[in-house]
Amino acid sequence: MAGEAQEKEKRKMKSAKKMRDIMTNYYIEAKTAGETGKKVAWITSGGPVEPLIAMDVIPVYPENHGAMIGASKMGGELCERAEELGYSGDICSYARSDIGCSLVDGGPIGGLPKPDMLICCNNICGTVLKWYEVQARYYDIPLFIFDTPFCHTEYADEAKKYVRKQIDEYTGFLEGVCGKKFDHDRIKEVGRLSVEGQQLWQEVLDTAMNKPSPMTCFDAFFFLALIVTLRGTQETIDFYRDLLEEMRGRVAEGISAIPNERYRLLWDNLPIWYRIKWLSEKFASHDACLVADTYTSAWCGSLKYMDENNFLDSMAEGYTRIYLNIGVDEMIKIVLEMVDKYDVDGFVMHSNRSCKPYSLGQYDIQRAVQREKGIPSLIIESHMVDERSFSESQTETRIDAFMEMIRQKK
Amino acid sequence: MITAGVDIGSITAKAAVIVDGEVKGTRVDFTGYNAEQAGRRVLDELLKELGMDAQSIDRVVSTGYGRNSVKFADKAITEIICHGTGAHFLNPQVRSIIDVGGQDSKAMVVDSEGRVRDFAMNDKCAAGTGRFLEVMARALEVDLGDFGAKSLKSERPSKISSICTVFAESEVISLISKGEKRENIIAGIHDSVASRISALAKRIGVGEPLMMTGGVAKNMGVVKALENRLKMSIEVLESAQVNGAIGAAVMAARL
Ligand code: SF4
Repeated sequence: MAGEAQEKEKRKMKSAKKMRDIMTNYYIEAKTAGETGKKVAWITSGGPVEPLIAMDVIPVYPENHGAMIGASKMGGELCERAEELGYSGDICSYARSDIGCSLVDGGPIGGLPKPDMLICCNNICGTVLKWYEVQARYYDIPLFIFDTPFCHTEYADEAKKYVRKQIDEYTGFLEGVCGKKFDHDRIKEVGRLSVEGQQLWQEVLDTAMNKPSPMTCFDAFFFLALIVTLRGTQETIDFYRDLLEEMRGRVAEGISAIPNERYRLLWDNLPIWYRIKWLSEKFASHDACLVADTYTSAWCGSLKYMDENNFLDSMAEGYTRIYLNIGVDEMIKIVLEMVDKYDVDGFVMHSNRSCKPYSLGQYDIQRAVQREKGIPSLIIESHMVDERSFSESQTETRIDAFMEMIRQKK
Repeated sequence: MITAGVDIGSITAKAAVIVDGEVKGTRVDFTGYNAEQAGRRVLDELLKELGMDAQSIDRVVSTGYGRNSVKFADKAITEIICHGTGAHFLNPQVRSIIDVGGQDSKAMVVDSEGRVRDFAMNDKCAAGTGRFLEVMARALEVDLGDFGAKSLKSERPSKISSICTVFAESEVISLISKGEKRENIIAGIHDSVASRISALAKRIGVGEPLMMTGGVAKNMGVVKALENRLKMSIEVLESAQVNGAIGAAVMAARL
C-alpha cells in the first residue's frame, strides 16, 4: 500500500497547485473588479482577447466557467434553470448552464463577475451569437460581434479584408467603452506574449510524443485554462515554461502519466467535464494513455498564421482559421497528422450533443482515420457539462469492447 | 477442458458449457433484480441438467451488462467480443454479426480469426432494441413470441415513423383505435426496429456472411425486415440467444 501511495505521489503533477493558485487569483481579481475600477469583458473561448489585455480589461470566459461548472457536477441543475425559462435541452450546455447561472449566481464560484461588455467571436459556432445577445439584453451592456467567415479550404481575399476591417472596429469599440485611446505599442507586446504562450503550450503538448507519455489529455484539459483565459500575459509564459520543464523532467526520469502505458490513444472533441476522473481511470485500467486531443491543441493550432511582428493583421487570419471554423477535409488532415505525430493505436471520439460544430462530421473523420491509418475508433455519446445525459454502463461497455478490440489487434 | 460462459443481459441471463471444444448445453433464465444471483442460478441449473458439478468447470467468463457483478467468473469480457467469438466458433465463415438484445443493438465486423475489427452500438435510446418490442407487445396485447409469425401475414405494413419508444407507442395506440390490423402494425414495428439497426450496421460496413444473434433474432419478422433493408441474407442459428454465452465459454478456454 505504501508503495502504491508513493507511486501515485511520484506521478502527481507538481505544477497543478501553482495553476490552481493562478486561476484562483485570476477569478478573485475579476470578481473584485468593481472595487478596483477595472472593466470586465466576457469573451468567447476562441475570441481575440489580446486587445482586451492591451486595454487592461479583465477577460472572463463563460466557457471556462462552464467547464468548472461541469467538473463540479453542477451542470445539470443549472441547465435546468435555463430550461425552465424555455431554452431547449438541445442547446449547448455551456450556454444553458451560463444562462442558468446568471439568474441564480450559482455554480462553484458563485457566478461570474458582472460584465461591462461582451465580445463574441463566431469562429467556434453560431450558438454564441444568440447566447451573447441574450446576455447583452440581460445585463444591458454593449456587445461586439467579431464575425469570422467559415474557411472551407482557404482564406479568401474578401474574407481577409472583411475580418481585418473588424479589428479596427473592435479597437474602436474598446476605446468607446473604456473611454481611452487604444494603445498600439502595448498590443505589440501583448501579441508577442500571446504568440510565445501558444508556442510554449504547443511544446508542452508535444512532450506527449514521448513513450511513455509524461501527460495525458486529461492533464491537458486541466492545464489548458491558462492559455484560454490569460494568453497574452507574462504570467502564462512563466507558468508554461515551468510546466514544460516539469514535463521534460518527467520524461528524463521516466515518469509516465499512467502506470503502465501499453496503448496510446487520441481524443476528439471537448472533455466530458463531470467524468474526467472516471474516464482517466477507466482508460488507465486498460493500460491506455490518451496522449493527445484535438481540443487543447486548438489554442495553438493557428500559430502558423500568427506573426508577432505584424500581430493585428496576422491575428485576423489566425482567429478565422481555427479548428472549428474549417471544413471537415481540413479537420481530417489535422487529425491524420496527429495520429502519426503521437503514434496512437486508437481514436476516441466524444460525440458531444452540446457542440454541433465539433460533432458534425465526426463519422467522416472516423472513416478517414480508419481508411488511412487502419486504427480502431470509438464514439462516446454525451454532453460535456450536462451530466443528466451520461450513461455509465453503456459508456463502460463501449470502452471495454474498444480496448479488447485494440488488444486483439496488437 | 471444461469452460462456462455466463451472459447477464438486461432481461435474461444465459449460460453455456463447453467441453473440449464442443457445446454441451445452454440455458436461459430471467435476470431479475440480482445479476450476481442470476448468473449463479442459471449456471447451477444448467450444470444440474447436464449432471455436472461446479468443481468440474476449469474457467468461467462472464459477459453482458451484468458481467462485472458475476464475482465467480475468472474474467469479464464485453458482449461485443463474446458475440463475435461465439458466431465465429459456430460458423467460421461469418464476417459480420448483428446482435440485438433487451437494451441494446450492435453490429460487428470480424476477421477470419473471429477478432472484432469494428463495432457500432445504438445510442442511448431503446429504439431498435428488444425493450422497444416488449413495450409494443404490451400495447397490442399480443404475446411477444407470436410477433414474428403474425407480422409475416401482413399485407400492408403500417408506417411507424417515430423512433422514440414512447411516441411510437402512442402511434401504435392510435393505429389500434383506427382499427388497423394487428399484423400490419406489428410488421410496421419490425420495420421501424430494422431501420434503426440497419443504419448502425451500414455505418461499419457489414457484409455477408452475416449472422444475427441475441434474443430478438428469434423474431423472424425482424430478421426478414432487416434482410429487406440490408439486401443481404441473414443466418440465424437455433442458439442465437445464447451466442454470447457460448462466445464467453470459448474465450474462457483461451484465457
Ligand atoms: S456549441 Fe460548441 S463551440 Fe459553441 S459554445 Fe458550445 S461548446 Fe463552444
